[in-house]
Amino acid sequence: MTISAERPTKSVASSTSPPSPHQGVSWTQRPGWLSQHMGTAIIAAVLGYAFGHWLGNYVTSGYPYIANSGQNSSANALALIFAVVGWLLGIGALNYPLAKLVGKEADHETSVEGWSKYFRYTLDHKVVGLQYVVGVLLFLFTGGLLAMAIRTELLSPTTHVFGPGTYIEIVSEHGTIMMMMATSIILGPLGNYFVPLMIGSRRMAFPRIEAFSFWIFIAGYGVIFSALPYGGFPTGWTGYAPLQTQAGPGMISYLLGFAVIGLGMMAAGFNIAATIINFRAPGMTWSRVPIFVWAILSTAALLTLATPTLFAAGLFGVLDKTVQTAFYVTEHGGSSYLWENLFWFFGHPEVYIMALPGFGIVAEILPVFTRKPLFAYKVAAAGMIGVALLSFFVWQHHLFQSGINPDMRPLFMLTTELISIPTGFIFLVGMGTLYKAKIRFEVPMLFAMAVFFNFLIGGVTGVFLSDVPVNVTVHGGFFVLSHFHYTIMGGLLFAFMAGLYYWLPKMTGRMMNKKLGQWHFWTMFVFFNLTFFPMFIIGLLGQPRRVFTYAKNLQMLNDFSSISAFLLGFSFLIFFANLMWSMYIKPVKAPANPWDSLGLEWQTANPVPVYNFERIPVIMTDPYHYSEVGAPALADLGVGGSGDRVSSSGKSDK
Amino acid sequence: MMSTENSMKNESNHLRRILVITLVLSIAADLLYWFLVGPHVPPGTMTTSAHDDQIDFNILMVIALPVLIGVWVFMGYTIANWSSKRANVAEPKGGPAARSNMKAQVLWITITTVVVLFLAGFGIVELIIGNGSGGGEGPNPVWEPAGAAQAETAALTSAASWAPGKVLVVQVIAQQWKFTYRYPQFGGFETQQLILPNNTTIAFNVTSLDVIHSFWAYQLEVKADANPQENNVAFTTTKQLGNFTVRCSELCGIWHGAMFDYGKVETPTNFSSWAATTESANAANTADLPAFAWTYVPDANGAAGGFYPDGTVTPYSSVEVYGAKQAAS
Repeated sequence: MTISAERPTKSVASSTSPPSPHQGVSWTQRPGWLSQHMGTAIIAAVLGYAFGHWLGNYVTSGYPYIANSGQNSSANALALIFAVVGWLLGIGALNYPLAKLVGKEADHETSVEGWSKYFRYTLDHKVVGLQYVVGVLLFLFTGGLLAMAIRTELLSPTTHVFGPGTYIEIVSEHGTIMMMMATSIILGPLGNYFVPLMIGSRRMAFPRIEAFSFWIFIAGYGVIFSALPYGGFPTGWTGYAPLQTQAGPGMISYLLGFAVIGLGMMAAGFNIAATIINFRAPGMTWSRVPIFVWAILSTAALLTLATPTLFAAGLFGVLDKTVQTAFYVTEHGGSSYLWENLFWFFGHPEVYIMALPGFGIVAEILPVFTRKPLFAYKVAAAGMIGVALLSFFVWQHHLFQSGINPDMRPLFMLTTELISIPTGFIFLVGMGTLYKAKIRFEVPMLFAMAVFFNFLIGGVTGVFLSDVPVNVTVHGGFFVLSHFHYTIMGGLLFAFMAGLYYWLPKMTGRMMNKKLGQWHFWTMFVFFNLTFFPMFIIGLLGQPRRVFTYAKNLQMLNDFSSISAFLLGFSFLIFFANLMWSMYIKPVKAPANPWDSLGLEWQTANPVPVYNFERIPVIMTDPYHYSEVGAPALADLGVGGSGDRVSSSGKSDK
Repeated sequence: MMSTENSMKNESNHLRRILVITLVLSIAADLLYWFLVGPHVPPGTMTTSAHDDQIDFNILMVIALPVLIGVWVFMGYTIANWSSKRANVAEPKGGPAARSNMKAQVLWITITTVVVLFLAGFGIVELIIGNGSGGGEGPNPVWEPAGAAQAETAALTSAASWAPGKVLVVQVIAQQWKFTYRYPQFGGFETQQLILPNNTTIAFNVTSLDVIHSFWAYQLEVKADANPQENNVAFTTTKQLGNFTVRCSELCGIWHGAMFDYGKVETPTNFSSWAATTESANAANTADLPAFAWTYVPDANGAAGGFYPDGTVTPYSSVEVYGAKQAAS
C-alpha cells in the first residue's frame, strides 16, 4: 500500500499543528508568583477543604450527635469534594472550561521553559509523562513503606507493634494506594510520554484532558490519606459493605478517593484511546503499530469501560453514608451483594489494566535485546484484545464462596480458565523471540526476563484459584495475596522498571547507572521471590488475609517473609539512589539510541522537541526488522529527503 | 543446500534437547510431588471435601509443574546458549521465518486450550460430585448430598431431630467478632462450641448479624461467607476424629484477626450425649432466643446492637416476613 501517496503528510501536519497564537498570557503560565501552579493548587485545596468541612457541619446542624462530632461523614464528603475542586481551580485545570462556560474566549496555555513547567498545568505530553513518573513513584514509595509496617507487625503471631485498629488502617491504605498506583504506573508515565512518539503524532488528542488526568491523580493521593485523621478505614482496598456502611468518615475518603482516581483513569483512558485511534502517522496501519501501543490501547479501553462502574459504586456508598440511602444496606432493601458485584465488575478488568501494559513493555523491549523480530506479533495483539474482552466475564470468581447463585460457578470457572489462553500468548511471543537470539543482558532485559519468571508463577496459581474446589482452600487467604503480588508486583512493577531503565535515557537524556541497576535488579528479584513465595505456603497452611494474629507454627515462615520484605524494601533504596545519582548527582549523557532500538520514539531528536517531529513521519513498516538483510526502511522522517531514512535493520544503526 | 539442512538439524536438536530436559524434570517433579508432598497438602483428609479438594489441588499441581518447568527450561536454555557474552553465538536471523511460525503458534494455542478446557471440565465435575466441595452455595444449594434437603426442611419445624447416620444441620451465626452455633435438631440451642459427630454429613447454614464474615473451618475444608440476612449453605462429611480451627476469612473490622476458635469432631455417641446435655443445660437460654430461622434481622434497636429480646421487641425473624419483622420498642 502506498500510504504516503494517498495521505500527504502536509495535511496531517497542519491538522496537528500547534494552537494559533493566543490573545494573552494565561494564568497558568504567567511568570512569577502571579501564576497558577502547584502552590496555588495546594492553597485552594486547603481553603476548599475548610469550607466544605464547615458546610458539612452546617447542613447537618439539625443532627446534634453528628454535627461537629468529629465523625461527620457529610462534612468529610463535602470537604473532599470542595478540596478537589479547589485543587483543580488552583492548578488551572478549570480555566478553559470555565471561560468557555461563560462565553469568553479561553486563553491558550503556552509552554513555559524551565523546571517550573513540571509544577504547572502543562499540556505537553512529555512533561505530563515525567510528572507521572514522579507521581507514581510517590504512590509506590508510600505504599511500600506501609507494606514494611505490615510485615513488621507480622513478625510476631500476636499483636505487638500496632494495635488492631492501626494495623487494619495500614493494611487498607497500603492496598488502596498500591491499587491506585498500579492503574497508572505504566499508562501514566510511559504511555503518555511514548505513545505519541511511537505512533508518530505531535501531541495527544486531548492535551487538557491529559494534564487533567495527572493532576486529579495527584489529588487522589491527598484524598485517600485524608482518612488518617479519622482513623483510616477498616475495609481493605475492597471496601465491602456493610462494613463500609458501618465505618467512620474515613470511609468517605476511600469512596471519594476511588471516584477521584476513577475520573483520572477514565480521562487518561479516553484520551489515549482517542490518540491511538486518530493520531497515527500516515502509514502507521494497525499491523505496524508497536506492540506496546496495542497494550496501552487495550488498557485504555478497559479503563474507559470498567472505571465508570467503580465511580458509580463509590458515589452510591457516599450517598449511603451521608444522606442515608440504602444501596448496600440489606435491612432497608439494599444489598451487600450489590457492592461486591459492582466492585468486582470493575475490579477484575482492573486486574488486567495492571497486567496488559506490563506485557506490552516486555514484548516491546525483547526484540531490542535479542536482536530478533517480535515473534508472532499478531498473536500478541490478539492476545491483548482477547484478555481485555474476556476480563469483563470473570468477575464472579471473586465471589465463589460468597453465597451467590451456585449455578454460575461452572461458567465463571470456565471463563476464568479461558482467559489464561490469551494470557499465555505472551509466553509464546516471548519464547519465540528468545529462541536462537543473541541476548544482551542489559538492565531492562533482566527485568523483562524476570517478568516471565514471576508472571508464570502468578498466572499458574491463578488457575488454582479459578478452580472452585481448590478455591475453597485458598480463597481469602495468603495464597491469593501471594498470587496477586506475583502478577502485579512481579509482572507490572518489574515491567515498569524494565520500561523505566529502557526509556529514561530518552526521557531525560541521562543514562541510569548500570552497576547500580544490576544491584537493584538482583536484590529486587531475589527478595521479591523470597518474600512472596513463602506466602503461598502460609496461605495453604491456613492464614487468612488482613490478620494481625496467626497460628504460632507459621511464625518462622512469616518471619522469613518479613525479613525478605525488608531487604526487598532495601532494593528500592538502591533504585532510588540510582535514580538520584544518575539523574542529578553525576548525570552521564545518554547516546541518542543507547540500545540500538528501531522504534520510532528513538528516531526523534534528543531532547525531544515540543512538537516531537519536525515533519510528521511516513511509516513504511513495523519497527521489528532486526537482523534482517534488506529490510525496508522504518519511516520517512522527512528531514533532508530520502537520504535520511532510518534504516530498520539492526546492524546498520551503529 | 547443505547449510539449510544443517540449520534444520540444529533447530530440531535445540528443541529436542529442551523437550527431553523438560520431560525428564517434569516426570521427576511430578512423581516426587505426588508421592512425597501431595498426601500432606492442606487441608488434609479430615472430611470428604478436604480429601477431594486435596486430590484436586494435587492434580492441578501435577499439570502445573510441567508447564512451569517447560518455560523455565526454555528460558534457562536460552540464557545458557544464546547470551551475547558467549564467544561463538551465531548472529540471529531476522525475516519472515523469525517473525512467525504457524506450526508453533497452532501447537501452542491447541495445547493451552486443551489443558484449560480439561481443567475447567475436571473442576466442574469435581464441584458437582463433591456437592459444592465444601464451599458456600447460597440459600438454594444446587448440589446437595442425600438427605440434606429433608433435614434442612425439617430443621425449621419442632419435629426436627437427629440420629447417627442422618444429616446434621448446624447454623453458624457470625458477628463482630465471634462465631456462635445453633443446633435446630436439638431444640435450637445456641452455643460457642462447635462439636460435630464423625462419619456424618453436616449442612452448615452460615449467616451473619452485622457485616460480611467468612466461616472457614480449615481442616474441614468448609468456607462460606456469612452475609447479613442471607443463608449460605455448605456441605461436608466428617471422616476423622479430632480438633479443627475456625477462622474468619473475610475482613470484618478491626478485630478480624482475632476472630477464630476451635471445633471438635467426636464419635456420634459422644456427640449425642454432649448435645443432649447442652440442650437441657441451655434450656432456659434457648427459651429466650428467637425461634430458629435461617437468617435474623436487627430489631428496631438494631443499630445499637440490640439483637436480643428486651421484653417488648421481637428481635429475630426470618427474612421471609419483611415488613412484619420490626416491633418498635
